[in-house]
This record gives sequence, C-alpha cells and structure tokens, in this order.
Amino acid sequence: MSTQPARRRRLEVEDIGDIAVVNFVDKKILDEQNIQMIGDDLFRLVDELGRRKVLLNFNNVEFMSSAALGKLITLHRKLQAVQGKLVLCNIAKDILDVFKITKLDRILTIATDEQAGLQAF
Amino acid sequence: MPPDHQAEVSIPSDLAEARRVQELIEGALQASAYSEHDIFSIKLALEEALVNAIKHGNQMDPDKRVVVAYSVTPARFDIRITDEGDGFRPEDVPDPTAIENLERPCGRGLLLMRGFMTEVEYHGKGNVVRMAKVRDAGE
Repeated sequence: MSTQPARRRRLEVEDIGDIAVVNFVDKKILDEQNIQMIGDDLFRLVDELGRRKVLLNFNNVEFMSSAALGKLITLHRKLQAVQGKLVLCNIAKDILDVFKITKLDRILTIATDEQAGLQAF
Repeated sequence: MPPDHQAEVSIPSDLAEARRVQELIEGALQASAYSEHDIFSIKLALEEALVNAIKHGNQMDPDKRVVVAYSVTPARFDIRITDEGDGFRPEDVPDPTAIENLERPCGRGLLLMRGFMTEVEYHGKGNVVRMAKVRDAGE
C-alpha cells in the first residue's frame, strides 16, 4: 500500500474566472517522490494548460518541509516568465514561519484567505 | 530530572525508516504534552536533519546507517543524529536568504533547523548534528 501512489490525485483545481484555485489533497507535503509529482502537476497548469493566474490554497496543509519550497519557487518563476502570477493563501501560522525564516515571503505573494488571494491578482 | 522518554535507534538510509522514527518521537512529545507549535517545530527540524543525513550524508547508501539518540524531558527535547558520510562545514553552505540566493530551489534545510530549534550544533567532521528545543514558556 505504501508504494503505489503514482497516479493518485494530489491537487484539486477549481476555476474562478481566469484564476486557477489549487487545493492540496495531502495534509503533509513531504517525500521527494510525492513533491516531484505535486511539482509536475503544478507546472503542467502553466506549461500545458496555459494558466497564467494560480492561487495555491494551503487550507488543508498541516505540514511541509523545505523540499517543497523549491517547487513553489520554480512555479513562481515560470509564471513570472509568462507575465502570470502566483499567489498563496490560507497558510497555517507554523507553515507561514517556514516562509518567513527562509525570507520567501519577500518574493512570493501571500494572502490571508482565499478571498484576499483572489483579489491579489 | 529523569527524562520522560529516552531512546537510541539505528536506521538504514531509507526515508520510510526516517518517517517511523519521526512518528516515534512525535508520540513521545505528545505523551509529554508538548504544544502543537513545539511538536511542529521539532518535526520540521527532524525532517530536515534526517533528509540531510540520509541524502547528503549517506548518499542513500543502503549499507550506511543513521543513528538517532533523543531524550524528552518536561523542559526540553534533545536529539543527536549521526550519519556515516564525509560530513560538511556548515559555514560553507551558501546563505539561502541572501538576495542572490533567494530563488535557488534548495539549501534551506539548515536554516529551518536553526529557525525552529533552540540549539543546533554540528560536531565531528560535520556528520553529527545535535539539536535541542527548550519547551515554550508559559505552558
């Protein structure tokens, strides 16, 4: 049961206007393999599906390590390269500290909740 | 004061094994009624340190092991993680918060360990990390 998660859905994507609102299915964003697949799914939104405005809703996320940060930075860069924008929202206080300690809160747009996130584009 | 819980475990260089150690430690912290915030901090630092030991230290070599020794007291959590790698010099790790490094996709584990724990020290040739978390005041 532990080695068959390959095609499992990791993201829920909902369109609100021209904004792709993405919720994470997992409560914990850990493990290189898992993070790789989350990254691939996120990049596909931009590279293949042509989304330009992406709102990542962290409401469901209870734990996340530094391994996931690289994917968020890559996504941010990809969107910047096509004049798009990445916004993060609903980040739990402890996880927000991860962004603050690494100073990524200075390059990523972080909104308190989904409503504020939608208005940040 | 005797610790509530104390153990030393040796695991192969396998992230699934690391996960089991993390669960063991989380259980011990919960049993000692540590706050959610302290448990998050320790879990995160532990995740970063174990990934470093297994990936960068032991290079995922299944023949190399990681030894984790920890103790939980009502006042503080202490842990020592030893891998069989060549070690490193923490001062050689580029500062990931420097503006020119901010967008680099890796190199933040050590920074997070320092941010979330009270003490982080490397020993030996850099293959031993000792960390401590003093429990939140007022709980």
